[in-house]
Amino acid sequence: MSVNMIISIASGKGGTGKTTVAVNLALSLKNVQFLDCDVEEPNAHLFLKPRIRAKIKAHIPVPEVDEAKCTYCGRCREVCAYHAIAVLSESSGKKGNVLVFPHLCHGCGACSLLCPQAAIEEADKEIGVIEIGEDDNIQFVHGRLNIGEAMSPPLIRQVKKYINPTRTVIIDAPPGTSCPVIMAVKGSDFCVLVTEPTPFGLNDLILAVEVLRKLEIPFGVVINRSDIGDGKVESYCKRENIPILMKIPFSREIAVSYSEGVPIIKKDTSYQAKFVNLYLNICGINDEANSRY
Amino acid sequence: MKQIAVISGKGGTGKTIVTASLAALAKNKIMVDCDVDAADLHLLLHPSVKERYKFRSGQTAVIDKKLCNKCGKCISVCRFGAINAGYAIESFSCEGCGLCGHICPHGAIRMEENVAGEWFISDTNYGPFVHAKLGIAEENSGKLVAKIRQIAKELAEKQALDYVIIDGPPGIGCPVIASLSGVDRALIVTEPTLSGLHDARRVIEVAKHFGISVKLAVNKYDLNPVMTKEIEAYCREGGIAVIGKIPFDKAVVKALVKGKTVIEYGKSPVADEARKIWELLEE
Repeated sequence: MSVNMIISIASGKGGTGKTTVAVNLALSLKNVQFLDCDVEEPNAHLFLKPRIRAKIKAHIPVPEVDEAKCTYCGRCREVCAYHAIAVLSESSGKKGNVLVFPHLCHGCGACSLLCPQAAIEEADKEIGVIEIGEDDNIQFVHGRLNIGEAMSPPLIRQVKKYINPTRTVIIDAPPGTSCPVIMAVKGSDFCVLVTEPTPFGLNDLILAVEVLRKLEIPFGVVINRSDIGDGKVESYCKRENIPILMKIPFSREIAVSYSEGVPIIKKDTSYQAKFVNLYLNICGINDEANSRY
Repeated sequence: MKQIAVISGKGGTGKTIVTASLAALAKNKIMVDCDVDAADLHLLLHPSVKERYKFRSGQTAVIDKKLCNKCGKCISVCRFGAINAGYAIESFSCEGCGLCGHICPHGAIRMEENVAGEWFISDTNYGPFVHAKLGIAEENSGKLVAKIRQIAKELAEKQALDYVIIDGPPGIGCPVIASLSGVDRALIVTEPTLSGLHDARRVIEVAKHFGISVKLAVNKYDLNPVMTKEIEAYCREGGIAVIGKIPFDKAVVKALVKGKTVIEYGKSPVADEARKIWELLEE
């Protein structure tokens, strides 16, 4: 039996029910830590209502140039792959100038490490906040990206530093298939892809499957609102040998409960057994995958 | 020429369904799908691709095993954890900064240009359409968004079109900012849920931060009329016009399964509301 897995919940398409699955799964299990890595639009706290006991500002390092040491040689501009530094050299009596564009900076450290004059130090630029708290049984961590901030992956990376290996970790990932999703699901033992049986759901599921195969993370599918739309998601999963872990039929009760910020298992306790079963399905697949080595 | 972006904050609120309806209703326009990492608008517009281009962006490090003597300098300077213990680059973690190459004492690391995706200029029954496909596990979606928006804008100018209609991505980060920059108006599509309101507020703040005028529509408004009222109250306070309340209607999924916009699917309350949204959006 697998213990203390890291299980991420992702989807490709947005609004398919990632947070619903993540929250209800977390509430159905014991000894859980919940990480909301959808730092652009974190929602899990609306359902788990954790008591937040710590708020930690999240930063990325951006260059700060000491103009007393700088000779305007232009090395920093040359090595910056993101065009985040411009250097105007000294000319005809005019003083040189270095301009830093913090919103383009990825915080790689190349400029400060490679400056021949050691004139560049790194200063912290705030990009968001990490909030830590707990519900009755669940440890809770999420990140909130500041408004107007473009880059979410560094904040997701920092949220994941709080992973508690003594617990089952549930990660709520952002939608999509690009860098924020990869940062969120990387290092998971298993990924649950939540989809809906529509052409949009299928199209985006196929993209998400390609991402997980590339990252070599074992995964399975939850089909939400399974009785709307068509049967193409299911036949795709069969064809591709992808396990269907759970099907959740459309119900107005779930939709309304979601809209009010109430996890469905709190309204209808029969869902608890279904989410425990989802967890057992995940464990079964994971054990099977491990026994192959 | 006016640029209109449809965004939502929260995913799955109905952005693409609404965008496709606007595509069917507006005259003399071009469409752009800026949700490049999970693009869906093509499933309703059925484009025939006329031109396709590779999207080159960023670089990835490559280690020459013959020159590498495993000194570990590259691993110690890489902040993205992209070089594993076997001295291989994990390309999905590499952000292409090139620091490892500069620091390697043996010249064993070179940078290679990425093909991070593809973009297309297509014809549809509704007019020209610019769309893209980000490569699997690639980054720089914001740059790809900026690229296809620039192409769409140029085409609109050349063909004297009146509107650029943009289907935006969810969230508030880099591809959203790239979808919003310089547009004349943003239409926020949200749903009457706690998450829908929470996320709409954040994306409205982003739009305001960049000085963009905003209108809002509530999708599936009758699933929770109390929450819809709350959204309307929030909008009233912030001076945001609520220009549509779309009812929950199974016809939407039926149209979607048939690959049709709700406008071509036939008469429905949803189609009527979409017409109203387009009229009020134009004002």
